[in-house]
Amino acid sequence: MAKIPYAVPTLDKLPTVPALKPGAMSELKSYVAVAAHQQPLGFPGELVENWEQAAVAKMGELLGKYKSLRVYLDICVKCGACTDKCHYFLGSGDPKNMPVARQDLMRDIYRYYFTPTGKTLGALVGAKPWTRERLDDWYNYFHQCSQCRRCSLFCPYGIDTAEISMAAREIMDSIGLGQKYCNEIIGKVHKIGNNLGLPEPALVNTLEGLEEDVLDATGHAVKFPLDVEGADVLFVTPSADFFAEPHVDGLIGYAKVFHQMGLSWTMSSYASEAGNFGMFIGNYEQMRKIALRIREAAIQLKVKRIVFGECGHAWRVAYAFLNSLAGPFDFLDPRYPVPQHIMEVTRGAILSGAIKLDASANADKVVTVHDSCNIARATRMGPEAGSQFEYPRFVLQSACPKFIDMHPDATRQRTFCCGGGGGLLTDELIDIRIKGAKPRVEALRDVVEQHGVTHMASMCAICKSQFTKVLPYYGYDMGMVQSVHQLVSNAILLGGNS
Amino acid sequence: MTGLSVFYAALLYVAAAVLVAGLAFKIRQYWTTPAPLKIAVTPAPTTQAGAYMRVAREAALFESLFYSNRWLWIFAMAFHAGLALVLVRHLRYFINPVPELIALVQPLGVYGGMAMVGGLAVLLGRRFVIDRVRYITRPSDVLMLLLLIGIGISGYGMKFLNHTDIVAVKAFIMGLYVFDIRELPGEPPLLAHLFMVALLMIVFPFSKLLHAPGVFFSPTRNQADDPREKRHLAPWAAKLEG
Repeated sequence: MAKIPYAVPTLDKLPTVPALKPGAMSELKSYVAVAAHQQPLGFPGELVENWEQAAVAKMGELLGKYKSLRVYLDICVKCGACTDKCHYFLGSGDPKNMPVARQDLMRDIYRYYFTPTGKTLGALVGAKPWTRERLDDWYNYFHQCSQCRRCSLFCPYGIDTAEISMAAREIMDSIGLGQKYCNEIIGKVHKIGNNLGLPEPALVNTLEGLEEDVLDATGHAVKFPLDVEGADVLFVTPSADFFAEPHVDGLIGYAKVFHQMGLSWTMSSYASEAGNFGMFIGNYEQMRKIALRIREAAIQLKVKRIVFGECGHAWRVAYAFLNSLAGPFDFLDPRYPVPQHIMEVTRGAILSGAIKLDASANADKVVTVHDSCNIARATRMGPEAGSQFEYPRFVLQSACPKFIDMHPDATRQRTFCCGGGGGLLTDELIDIRIKGAKPRVEALRDVVEQHGVTHMASMCAICKSQFTKVLPYYGYDMGMVQSVHQLVSNAILLGGNS
Repeated sequence: MTGLSVFYAALLYVAAAVLVAGLAFKIRQYWTTPAPLKIAVTPAPTTQAGAYMRVAREAALFESLFYSNRWLWIFAMAFHAGLALVLVRHLRYFINPVPELIALVQPLGVYGGMAMVGGLAVLLGRRFVIDRVRYITRPSDVLMLLLLIGIGISGYGMKFLNHTDIVAVKAFIMGLYVFDIRELPGEPPLLAHLFMVALLMIVFPFSKLLHAPGVFFSPTRNQADDPREKRHLAPWAAKLEG
């Protein structure tokens, strides 16, 4: 059991709404980016002198560029429907972690500088001018939002706090108040090609090592190809898959699926990252620049299809944004959607008989699944709405004899964020990460106690990293967390390929 | 022609002008601001027609709120549906001759008013009772509810307390159409009612009442979930491609 440096919440029955604890999280601040992280992205190295005016000017620019921001800052009626929906509020009780209150941090400033009522009536409508304290609140609380959009699902107008927090982060970047975690990582992608800063030789080494491991374990020469020109499939996966646990077991699973299907595939050392932290900071240009690496790799390697590995926000950017950011993809094979999710490929291969799974390999496990927020509420995996829930479940039920779903209020479109998404997966935010995981762990505890669930499958690199770190604080073993394709890897029958 | 009639005629002209011009400005603004990315909250309809149906369900049935907070949905529905009936009932003051259908639903409007005021009273109460809602409430949120309740109560005042010559009221309103200012009855409930209605019309385009047109422009609800099938590109984003 891990040492407990912070107050870990006591688990409740779902759904429990905490009493307000004003200021509970007000001091929790992620590290601010220094000039070395800011300047490569074109942001000021430190807080600019006239930041109040600069921030207002940037907000005005964004109001003209984003319909979401324009509409959502105006139309909230403060009905409170969202107030008990955010995992960070449910875990911390801090009222500024209620979605509407988080939005109001921006809305109050917007009203003061941009609306006739705010300019004339001031506090009566909640309008507030910039102060250093309010900017600090922005920094702290807009980095306690994982942009999971559970609030938007429940809002009668669909107001999306993610859109607000993205805009807030973009405004803060533009005045020199960036977040170290996100901006340092984006710099690494531009420079090296992936979030972890793994250079090509390290990748080659890792993949060769994996080939040897799989050969030793199975007797089959499963390949992990890199930069193979003329391959059919460009496979893009989060760089955590190259070494972290249980991510890498998922990577082995993808490779076995491709191997058994007889698909020609390759990864790219230039586009060695599925994740796109440009989304977290709400910056279209950064997001586009990162996405273009994938387009360039696809052209260079002359592939016919693009497939993405298990990652939540990466799949949102890939599924929902890639065509806008880096399309059109008319040079790829039009018979396949661009891009595809590995779950589509694996499901299709199971259905067609191209791969066979022996579920008894996972007979020692009772498995549940954590729907990743970005996959659940921002994407599909197939032609039908809801395929983002059905495809992973089909794959899991094919690979595991015992599968149990968690409570309906914590799964599918109502799923809770793992607590580490949206640019919060950094050590200095561990306090809010633990608290934000509370609703998920409550739902997990429920199926552990009712149905003897032993493992929780995940399809996102951030979820996997977050849960392996945070579950021990709640008394659960980090080994409970499995990659979906790790379970496939256990069950897949290799050899005998016609 | 009394000064009172002139004042109310002027007030209503101003209120109508502010409402129409203000709403036209905001709707144009919402309409023309681009949405550069596909951000429909999924599972979402995969066709545009389906997305419009989704918005229609939000606007007419408050679908998301139904799944979000059942008690709030009941009282919000009571208020809004009641208000809709009241507005239909009031059409008889604005149309001559009164269509049969509107004449038929007149009694319903009275119950509608009760549902409206009752719903509003609960919505007001929860702003003080529920700590989370109290935290997010601004003075303007309370004033808006009080204004709507005031409109409802003054309306009932005309019916039950201080009977108003509604034939004269209708003559006054019909006169406004042709810029002929006729005599407005001077009963206090009527004057209070009209004054508060004018105030509501004036604040409409500057307040959270913009949720009425705004719900139709919410990208998480009105977009079709088809980003892989169709390339979506905002004009300002297209410029980046040079």
